[in-house]
Amino acid sequence: MSVGIMERFKSGLWHDNPGLVQLLGLCPLLAVTSTFVNGLGLGIATLAVLMTSNALVSAARRWIEPEIRVPIYVLIIASLVTCIELLFKAWLPDLDRSLGIFIPLIVTNCAIVARAEVFASRNPVGTSIIDGLVMGSGFALLLMAIGAFRELFGQGSLFARMDMLFGGEPVRGIVLAESGWLLLVLPPGAFFSLALAIATKNAIDKHREASRNAIARRAQTLNR
Amino acid sequence: MSNLPVWKSGVNLAVIAAFCTSLVALTWAFTAERIETNQQEWLERSLKPALAGLFFDSPVTESMITLQPPHELPGNETAVIYRVYAGVEPVAALFVISARDGYTGPIRILVGVAMDGTVTGVRVLEHRETPGLGDRIELTKSNWVLQFDGQSLKNPEASRWSIKSDGGDFDQLTGASITPRAIIKAIKKTLTYFEANRVSVFTASVNDENSASEEDD
Repeated sequence: MSVGIMERFKSGLWHDNPGLVQLLGLCPLLAVTSTFVNGLGLGIATLAVLMTSNALVSAARRWIEPEIRVPIYVLIIASLVTCIELLFKAWLPDLDRSLGIFIPLIVTNCAIVARAEVFASRNPVGTSIIDGLVMGSGFALLLMAIGAFRELFGQGSLFARMDMLFGGEPVRGIVLAESGWLLLVLPPGAFFSLALAIATKNAIDKHREASRNAIARRAQTLNR
Repeated sequence: MSNLPVWKSGVNLAVIAAFCTSLVALTWAFTAERIETNQQEWLERSLKPALAGLFFDSPVTESMITLQPPHELPGNETAVIYRVYAGVEPVAALFVISARDGYTGPIRILVGVAMDGTVTGVRVLEHRETPGLGDRIELTKSNWVLQFDGQSLKNPEASRWSIKSDGGDFDQLTGASITPRAIIKAIKKTLTYFEANRVSVFTASVNDENSASEEDD
């Protein structure tokens, strides 16, 4: 693939966003995004796993026999997730406690195995790492956006408990209201927020396409 | 697709498995010590608030005894008791117990009890109560758990250990009554247990499981 790096970023963050367009990895996406800091934490963990798993799969792609590639991907991803979990426990213990089971569950995030299969197994190490970086950032940004949205409207605060990532005393973040619309914090709120995000993306795409068509049409009439 | 002999795939898989295992082993060796310290620190940090105002000079985590179920403390999970000393004098006991009848599963709570049977502090360690309603039992969300400080089975009377709408003395949480009920019941049961086992709790040796549950009178 000879796509420019900007194109690839556009694709990972927008056109092929793993959460918004490919709808992969919805389980963690829906479950942990009740606050911004949780979304950010899981986003970072997923990004790290995605980059390293892409790197390893790509580096080993000449030795991986196609018949047994899936167990090998699972093996690589599972070990990497275990490593990340240990690192979280050692350096970000509070965040680890807050994310709980969802760090080990990164193993089941299909976005990761999909990138291994579709991209890393066919491309050199460098481009595979960049692919992991853009796809992971796309996923992480979506987690953060939904987390921020649900925290803001569900609890009336933003950036609460950022100390879980950066250490120090527990912080309450920016408190705008004492309470919010409870539904958004509960599981159904996760579905609503994701639906809203997808709808917003589609609306923006449609709007852009419409204006692009309008410009093209105007150019045509001018040429005539 | 090549016609790969089975043994070759096996070797292929084994090599990669060995590599992955060593990766995990290396990370573990590199982080194990830190994780251990973190857990100790977190435990000490979460136990201390339940001792508000008491003088003690022993590291709290070094005096742990565990009670396997069935025991007379609330919950049917393992209960943990930390004994707190000032010199050789016992000053308080910290109970880590489960309130069984929470709204969504058991609520793990920490109850500190001074020698005279008054509560020195209550903290919720683990729960799955509804966000926005039952989760105000957490100190980061509201001050609800602080109302137990300094209370005992004589103050208020044992019969008044319930929420106000049940005719008791304790505040409830708006929109959640099951959660407070479960916690109050568990604290009351812990205090009753402490009254009955005041001496044996402190004489049980660290690894002597179950010995503290025997009655002493």
